[in-house]
Amino acid sequence: MAPRDRALLELALRLGDDALILGQRLGEWCGHAPTLEVDLSLTNIALDLIGQAHHFLAYAGELEGEGRDADKLAFRRDVLEFRNCLLVEQPNGDFARTMTRQFLFSTWQHLLMEQLAQSRDPRLAGVGAKAVKEVTYHARLASDWVVRLGDGTEESRRRMTEGLDWTWRFVDELFEVDASEAELVAVGVAVDRPALRPAWDARVGDVLGRAGLSAPIVKRGVSGGRTGRHSEHLGHMLGEMQFLSRAYPDAVW
Amino acid sequence: MTVCQTLTVPDAALEAVLAGVPDPEIPVVTVVDLGILRGVRVRPDGGREVVLTPTYTGCPATLAIEASVRSGLDAAGFRDVTVVTELSPPWSTDWITDAGREKLRAYGIAPPEKDAARNSLKPEAPAQCPQCGSCRTHEVSRFGSTPCKALWRCEACAEPFDRFKCL
Repeated sequence: MAPRDRALLELALRLGDDALILGQRLGEWCGHAPTLEVDLSLTNIALDLIGQAHHFLAYAGELEGEGRDADKLAFRRDVLEFRNCLLVEQPNGDFARTMTRQFLFSTWQHLLMEQLAQSRDPRLAGVGAKAVKEVTYHARLASDWVVRLGDGTEESRRRMTEGLDWTWRFVDELFEVDASEAELVAVGVAVDRPALRPAWDARVGDVLGRAGLSAPIVKRGVSGGRTGRHSEHLGHMLGEMQFLSRAYPDAVW
Repeated sequence: MTVCQTLTVPDAALEAVLAGVPDPEIPVVTVVDLGILRGVRVRPDGGREVVLTPTYTGCPATLAIEASVRSGLDAAGFRDVTVVTELSPPWSTDWITDAGREKLRAYGIAPPEKDAARNSLKPEAPAQCPQCGSCRTHEVSRFGSTPCKALWRCEACAEPFDRFKCL
């Protein structure tokens, strides 16, 4: 495989795995959310993300050319082969932490998909243009909850602050780019992730300001997800997510 | 029939079949009403291809819609007509026809406002209650019974209702 094809495959996996892993995490709320409306919201967002993951991973499977479809990539890879960022694999924690994670991610994903819609790769551009519409709703919902909880009771504010403290260390990774992806940026295929940071800072800062919250100071961010170095949480999550497919390979109903 | 792209191959019998395929979640509207039928085009081998588009990337109805179109075509003898789903350009609620909007309203679902481009990070204007017509309504939940709908309530007649989200 030529280096640029390899880079494109990696990019499709990164985009697909971000959506897949966060979709699975949000699905864990099904039946457990504070209200029925919130339950519906979180699972609907999960459904959108899994739909996006399906399109990105199907493309990755075609690029790889080894006969793996989206399902095989989702359910038959082991933890070291996943390319998602660390933020999306973090445990849900309480509702405030889940909403903090969603707010940081959706604000970033919205900017990313807006740009991806302009990609010179028509497949990536097609999914990006589709996804940006869906993510607009995710970002709005998450922003509203950040303001409501941050500007709410003493307890909701404390929980939001703890949520920000937990998730903020994973922010820098969202804006990282490696050498192979930089080559795709240069030819107009991949999004220039570092260039998204100022707009992200502005949007996040605006919402945090309305919520009466402030961004924590993080001495050192953590990263590694894009090269398969994950936190211990991902393996446990995959154990549950992939159990059926591994125990009963190729089962149908 | 042509809803959103210049893909039409005139064939009244084929159009009649496609115009009769209902949406699996909202059976009062058809795939043509919803604008999820992009059209029909000629394949390189000379055969014909029906092109569909999903409303949302994760919409579970997408496969069911493909299957209904397939079985509708088969039943009418169009066995050589293939069916494909394409994402691009992305579906918009602006593609829902006027007839489709009226059917949604009569069914109790507030249709989406036109000009979905106004859909932004800002809140939407109040929906008109499909039961009593009042605009004194409020959003109960931004996400509803399916990916394409939000849950609203009317303050005038107190009825809850689904609202098709602008996309």
